[in-house]
Amino acid sequence: MAEAHGSTAAGAAGTGLSKGDAGRGAATGSHVVAGGGTATADAVLSVEGLSAAYGPVKALDGVTLRAEQGRITAVLGANGAGKTTLLRTISGLVRPTAGRVVLNGEDVTRSPVEAMVTKGMSHVPEGRGVIAELTVDENLRVGSLFRGKVGQDEFDRVYDLFPRIKERRGSTAHTLSGGERQMLVIGRALLARPKLLLLDEPSLGLAPRIVAQIFALLRKLVDTEGLSVLLVEQNARSALSVADTGVVLNLGRVVVTDDAHRLAGDEDLRHAYLGF
Amino acid sequence: MQQFVNLTLGGVITGAVYAAFALALVLIWRSTRIVNFAQGAMGALTTFIALSLIEGGQSYWVGLVVALLAGLVIGAVIERVVIRPVEGGPELNAVIVTLGLFIAIQALISVLFGVNQRAFVAPFSTIGFKAGDFTLALSPNTLFTLGAVLLVMVGLTALFRFTRVGLAMRASAFGQEVARLLGVRVGRMLTLGWALAAVVGSLAGMLIAAEVTFVAPTFMDALIVFGFVAAVLGGLDSPIGAVVGGLLLGLALSYVRGYLGDELVGLAALVVLVVVLLVRPGGLFSTTQTRRA
Repeated sequence: MAEAHGSTAAGAAGTGLSKGDAGRGAATGSHVVAGGGTATADAVLSVEGLSAAYGPVKALDGVTLRAEQGRITAVLGANGAGKTTLLRTISGLVRPTAGRVVLNGEDVTRSPVEAMVTKGMSHVPEGRGVIAELTVDENLRVGSLFRGKVGQDEFDRVYDLFPRIKERRGSTAHTLSGGERQMLVIGRALLARPKLLLLDEPSLGLAPRIVAQIFALLRKLVDTEGLSVLLVEQNARSALSVADTGVVLNLGRVVVTDDAHRLAGDEDLRHAYLGF
Repeated sequence: MQQFVNLTLGGVITGAVYAAFALALVLIWRSTRIVNFAQGAMGALTTFIALSLIEGGQSYWVGLVVALLAGLVIGAVIERVVIRPVEGGPELNAVIVTLGLFIAIQALISVLFGVNQRAFVAPFSTIGFKAGDFTLALSPNTLFTLGAVLLVMVGLTALFRFTRVGLAMRASAFGQEVARLLGVRVGRMLTLGWALAAVVGSLAGMLIAAEVTFVAPTFMDALIVFGFVAAVLGGLDSPIGAVVGGLLLGLALSYVRGYLGDELVGLAALVVLVVVLLVRPGGLFSTTQTRRA
């Protein structure tokens, strides 16, 4: 895997800033506009002071983070830390009680869920959101519907990335294995030609070998095609091995934002929040 | 033998009408997981609109087109205005709403068109074909009925299989949240599902009206029972299942009527429903492993 290269320089430049933002955001509880010129220009997505609640239970409490152009940002944390809620709030499935979501400079906090994909963001939900009753091919086609007519070459490209699902293209999606489902939903999201990919627990329930395969592919897409990824993971070790930046979430708050390698090396933090 | 032939033909024809009605129920169940108890009343309303046009001197075909268009509009409006607020809520709420609609629409028909029985003239001859001395229970009009149901079934299957809108509708039906994340306008698809269902329900109304020749505001009431049994027989989820279920039920009830007695038909339908739910609750053609409700 190539994750060690290329990311370090950019990561180091942005790191001090992001850490400062997170600290201020947590302390004041209000949204923080990043001060650094370089980091601001590069943000595909910036989440500012985002809060969300399920009834009286506060799931997100003033979360501020950013996903940068051409990089993988991993959001880590235990069960119930608010990771899934974060992604669902970003894409509008959950309405925030406070804060803003800015995508490519546009405030999309109140945009309808259906519109996000046209603004360049694809959200792959938790639990491998295949539509089980449709075939593999139909699942892919649903992903391209909003763009109108899409050439066969784009489907072929997805099938080239994932030869496993090419063999199964005519079968109903409920016959696929977990790994094949994950490949299908990632392929489907790529058909939307996103600038930013939101991935919710892609490693859940998959064999380590498949996880490594999927993460390596993500890294390749990010490095060669300028894709940006916001990844939510409980499997912190694997996620940090592929990510550029790590954000640790605990009880709905950002605890720390740092370079992924530095996070992986911080033993106290790992023990306290990441469980490895 | 002659009796058997005619009972079979009669069974296929009433079965086709059950099938059309079941198709309407299936369309709505697939997209919104609601059993539309108002389907019969909605079909009756559009049939009465057509009937008053026909009585006013228009041809049957003008009446048919107007009935289908009225169905399209009524279905869409009902989904947007009445059903949307209860979608995704507790299932019972939606059931109560459609039952309320059923009563309200039936009352509306009585207010607009009166409660008296009115003659409905079939578009084609209802005199059966003859084979020698034997008159078959098959007339030009029943052929039209069969053809219309077949056309709708093929059309709907093609729509779902081969068109982009059909794919979007299926995606919305089976994975609402995923479909929204993929940019499918799910709300529109649900409205379209109800509108299409109401068109098919209107067609069923027009066909059954021509078969029974006299219509009152309640003339579709029996059909909702048989249509529902046919839909359950076919698995509630599958358009093809609805048609096969409709035909099987039509045949079974026709034999019961001919060999056992007219008074047992309603009971027989109930027996079919109970047996299907006991033995094969997913129906004959269910696409999902288990089904709730």
